[in-house]
Amino acid sequence: MSFILRRLGAIIPTLFFVSVMIFGLQQLLPGDPAIAMAGEERDPNVVAYLRGKFHLDEPLHVRYGYWMKGVLAGDLGESVRIQRPVASLILEKLPVTLELAGLAMVIALVIGITAGIVSAVYKDTWVDYVANVFALWGLSTPNFWLGILLILLFAVKLGWLPASGYVSPFEDLGENLKSMILPAFVLGNALAAVLMRHTRSAMLQVLSSDYVRTARAKGLDERVVILRHALRNALVPVVTLTALQLGELLSGAVLTEQVFSIPGFGKLIVDAVFNRDYSVVQGVVLFTATAYIVLNLLADVAYVLINPRMRA
Amino acid sequence: MAAIALDIAPPRELSPAQRALRRLVRRRGAMVALAVVVFFVLLAIFAPWIAPYDPLATSWGAVRKAPSAAHWFGTDEIGRDVLSRVVFGARASLLAGLVSVGISLAVGVPLGVVAGYLGGWIDMLISRITDAMLACPFLVLAIALAAFLGPSLTNAMIAIGIAATPVFVRLARAQVLAVKVEDYIEAARAVGNSGLRIALRHVFPNIVAPIIVQATLAIAAAVIAEASLSFLGLGQQPPAPSWGSMLNTAKNYVENAPWMAVWPGVSIFLLVLSFNLLGDGLRDALDPRHT
Repeated sequence: MSFILRRLGAIIPTLFFVSVMIFGLQQLLPGDPAIAMAGEERDPNVVAYLRGKFHLDEPLHVRYGYWMKGVLAGDLGESVRIQRPVASLILEKLPVTLELAGLAMVIALVIGITAGIVSAVYKDTWVDYVANVFALWGLSTPNFWLGILLILLFAVKLGWLPASGYVSPFEDLGENLKSMILPAFVLGNALAAVLMRHTRSAMLQVLSSDYVRTARAKGLDERVVILRHALRNALVPVVTLTALQLGELLSGAVLTEQVFSIPGFGKLIVDAVFNRDYSVVQGVVLFTATAYIVLNLLADVAYVLINPRMRA
Repeated sequence: MAAIALDIAPPRELSPAQRALRRLVRRRGAMVALAVVVFFVLLAIFAPWIAPYDPLATSWGAVRKAPSAAHWFGTDEIGRDVLSRVVFGARASLLAGLVSVGISLAVGVPLGVVAGYLGGWIDMLISRITDAMLACPFLVLAIALAAFLGPSLTNAMIAIGIAATPVFVRLARAQVLAVKVEDYIEAARAVGNSGLRIALRHVFPNIVAPIIVQATLAIAAAVIAEASLSFLGLGQQPPAPSWGSMLNTAKNYVENAPWMAVWPGVSIFLLVLSFNLLGDGLRDALDPRHT
């Protein structure tokens, strides 16, 4: 319990610095932020409105205070382009990205953990070699390129799956899965490679431990030794790592959504960048960072809860 | 007899760096990767002599032509030679990889050394800022920075460099914390060396190896990040060639001109794979315990 409280206490300064950093992004805008935010027309009325709205005539720390007060009340600002609260835009787009990230995670877990177990069990054989090549491929392939290649194969050449677009699962679940399978595979590919490497090294460590030797000495079936004794322990660090990778999935989703024209969280930030909708950019980054910090905390707590040795 | 005596003379003592280099040279994967990196570096340096055409020259008579003897990699949507653009594109990718990691090293390592060596409130402050930066996913942070700085290759390099800095702060700090309790540092302090001299002369050389490994892997990540930002339109601006922006255009013509998407992607893949393999090889060579 004291660990959880200590860990909770530690995230407060981190969150504070995250907020300062994201607020500070605005200072990077060349020249007058009000003019930059007003778009190409630079309408003096809009500039004056923005100056008042963001308290741009006040000192920096006062402006941070105003901004933070809004953020704590759930007000992430308003989109200059679409005139809607940033928080509601995020909440609207988030489910799409969460579905994409969730499917990608499932694909990555299935491929990554299976490949990791197989390559550890068959260490130094051709199977291990192929699995390692797969991991290197996954880590080195830009996912937007993989996306284009898969569109070329499955949409253009074979015509099995749609090239882009999104159908809500509430409209048509079948079509939804059809439109999400390629993007989810593309997004999960790199994560599968990371998980494979971690599972492999964790399994190798566990397979050489005394209790696995004891299990084998008892004459247990090799499958039982691997799945029941070795894998359960090897998976503890892997599961923790998986939670930490969710942040990376959000990063990857930005590109994947762009390639497959999926109207999610990633597309929101990219469109905002091009529309110079800086409040949206700040809001999305703040939301992502906070989500990442909270996930990190949950992963740490879960790690302590499932690993009794850490509780001491 | 004399000849025999010479043969059994003890081998010359090798320095740790020479031993590491020997181990690296014995790793075939790392050596092939190094050859590929050198190939791309030469391609970037000698691009004007290697590229068969001007990478910016358009030709309305040769729009979206499939690979042929005249255009080995085909042409793009406004008739530019894809091979020439791939060759020149190596410049943006390598420059982004090297410059952004240079920025991360120049900022991150001194901050990490200071935090680890001095400790106290400076360490606390630097560590909390590092945590805050690490809390933002790398690409999201780079996109946000590039968005506020404005889209250009230079700003993309700065954004990637800043986004990659916290990893080096953390690594350098952890290394310093491990090294500073060693006896030889205590000895250096006991004979009256200044803090700065100890940090530069005794601590720094002992933390270099993992930083070199991380830097090599970070170049791979930076190359992908530059390609990603250019793909999103936040890096190299058209018409200047970059592998990422070439793929961005190619995705619109994947049905009619799939060749446009192949070579820029293959190039990114090969360069990133090579830096990853080289990083792995360096890790094994510099830290024998790792293997």
